[in-house]
Amino acid sequence: MDRHADHVEYVLRTVEERGVRFVRLWFTDVVGAMKSFSITPAELENALEEGMSFDGSAIEGYTRVQEADMLAVPDPNTFELLPWRGDDAPVARMFCDVHHFDGTAFDGDPRNVLKRNLAAARERGYRFFVAPEMEYFYFRSEREAEPLDNAGFFDLTTQDMATELRKQTILTLEAMGIPVEYSFHENGPSQHEIDLRYTDALSMADNVMTFRLVVKEVARANGVHATFMPKPISGAFGSGMHSHLSLFEGEANAFHDPGDEFGLSKTGKAFIAGLLRHAREITAVTNQWVNSYKRLVAGYEAPVYVCWARNNRSALVRVPLPKRGNTDAARVEYRAPDPACNPYLAFSLMLAAGLRGIDEGYELPPEATNNIFEMTSAQRAEAGIATLPTSLDEAIEVMAESSLVRDALGEHVFEYFLRNKRREWDDYRIQVTPWELSRFLGSL
Amino acid sequence: MMDVFMSALLVFPDPPPPLLAQTLDLAGFQWKAVANAAVAMAQIPEQGWAGAVVCADEDPEGAFGVCRVLRKGDAPVDGVLLLVSGAQLGELEHREDLFDDFCLSPFHPKELEARLQHLQWRAGRGAAGAEIAAYSGLEINVETYQAAVDGRPLDLTYMEYELLKFFVTNPGKVFTREQLLSRVWGYEYYGGARTVDVHVRRLRAKLGEEHANLIQTVRSVGYRFGQTRWGSGG
Repeated sequence: MDRHADHVEYVLRTVEERGVRFVRLWFTDVVGAMKSFSITPAELENALEEGMSFDGSAIEGYTRVQEADMLAVPDPNTFELLPWRGDDAPVARMFCDVHHFDGTAFDGDPRNVLKRNLAAARERGYRFFVAPEMEYFYFRSEREAEPLDNAGFFDLTTQDMATELRKQTILTLEAMGIPVEYSFHENGPSQHEIDLRYTDALSMADNVMTFRLVVKEVARANGVHATFMPKPISGAFGSGMHSHLSLFEGEANAFHDPGDEFGLSKTGKAFIAGLLRHAREITAVTNQWVNSYKRLVAGYEAPVYVCWARNNRSALVRVPLPKRGNTDAARVEYRAPDPACNPYLAFSLMLAAGLRGIDEGYELPPEATNNIFEMTSAQRAEAGIATLPTSLDEAIEVMAESSLVRDALGEHVFEYFLRNKRREWDDYRIQVTPWELSRFLGSL
Repeated sequence: MMDVFMSALLVFPDPPPPLLAQTLDLAGFQWKAVANAAVAMAQIPEQGWAGAVVCADEDPEGAFGVCRVLRKGDAPVDGVLLLVSGAQLGELEHREDLFDDFCLSPFHPKELEARLQHLQWRAGRGAAGAEIAAYSGLEINVETYQAAVDGRPLDLTYMEYELLKFFVTNPGKVFTREQLLSRVWGYEYYGGARTVDVHVRRLRAKLGEEHANLIQTVRSVGYRFGQTRWGSGG
């Protein structure tokens, strides 16, 4: 019996033994929203063998109406019970790959995009691991950004009512097989961070989707609202998704070289060089909303300039010092992404940029040692330090010219993404904002 | 220490020779020593003896007495391994019905373990044959694929389940990542040894704080499930 058959048998048996009432089939649209429909246990076997058909025309970025019918094919290795649904009438979920009716993978499915990029890494002998730091806010409701508390970084006070929420969240995540490395109160009021332990990029993208749902479910069950909006409060810290990236070649960490000044191998350096050189092109995806660019400003430890450093927290790429002897821990931290990105596409592009650096043998520029925020723009230009796009508009236009992004996303997602994001920018551009009213209505 | 046993091996005499005790522990067998045939009868575990290792080199009369009671009754014990010295081989004649296999003493630990494993397999008590494997509040039903900890269902993915099953049925032994990959994943798995680390972390997360330390990291070697009475040297 092959492994797929073992998996299927295991899932069918578990559904029976645990009395599961519904199985939710999860997949993701192009902008990273989770989509779901439920099937009953009676439909499950067929779904696992052949997939379940659904109308793809309703999904952002999927398909034109005339070719609307698609298949959601569950991945039995992602079968988990949803802990918040309780034991009385258990509900389970599985992530799905989206296929055409002829069984071929659908190009518009972000999970498929990531699988394609991971296959490209595999051809070169690499496996790609990711560990993201997830930041988010709790507010009293979704209508207004009113914090639950005014505690600061690492504070543990009675004001910190969100500690209980975070604890429940972590227990739920762990029950779903998503181990947590650290969690703490972040800088902003009611801002929290939960760091997930590394795993392979595909599982991690699934985990990020699950994570966002769990955080929101736990908050809602407690009568508050959780948001991954990148910058909900002007003048406070925004929410990032710093991503720790590593490549393994066989059993060895491909980034590690104990003899090097930075502990970095040639491969590691070229990967960073690739990230840096293509950073501006991939920003539209790692930071995909109008609001994302309100976070990428100076003064809040968010990256603005394209540079790397070991210990400068405003650098775009940070090389954390691995603990002595722990060679497996060598990694690079890419600090631009925010937690409202589509993790499948964001991981795809970080990988593609790094692999391009390895393929082409890019040179790593010198480490940024001065505080680059204090340099004048002329000094930065002289030092060859570029600036990340400052608006969604700029990011989209840089991306539109990128063959790297086009290849990594595939034609379908690339074209759709640009169309969708240009529309978002146009909507935003014509708004008259409260800031303008307060600034100009009286004075002009 | 182990408090819930799949089912224990009977060992004679009590205490057994230290090398025998250590070999059984390191191999992950659960066992109980008995001093004589009467104790063997009086202390039959609920599920019956899983087999026996009987040393005949010091006290042959006592040893054969134990073998005899194991063969009697409603449920004769399968998988009796007799340890004899070379000089005793002649005494086995006409006693073939009292044991299933024998091993020369002094024994080689690997040989003893291999013979026991083989007897267990023949008796249908190998990992594949057991319906319920249990260890320290953790229970795995291999018929229904269900796991429970302290009676609470533990929801696992298939590979998490397979890994936990392997651990529970091989307690006390240290496995390298490579061994776990080949024995649990069982084929040229692309993920490499890091896959094992990832799954161990997931399992620990699901086991919860209280039971997470059942799976121990043995530095620069691999992992061990549960305790051995021989410390971390196992």
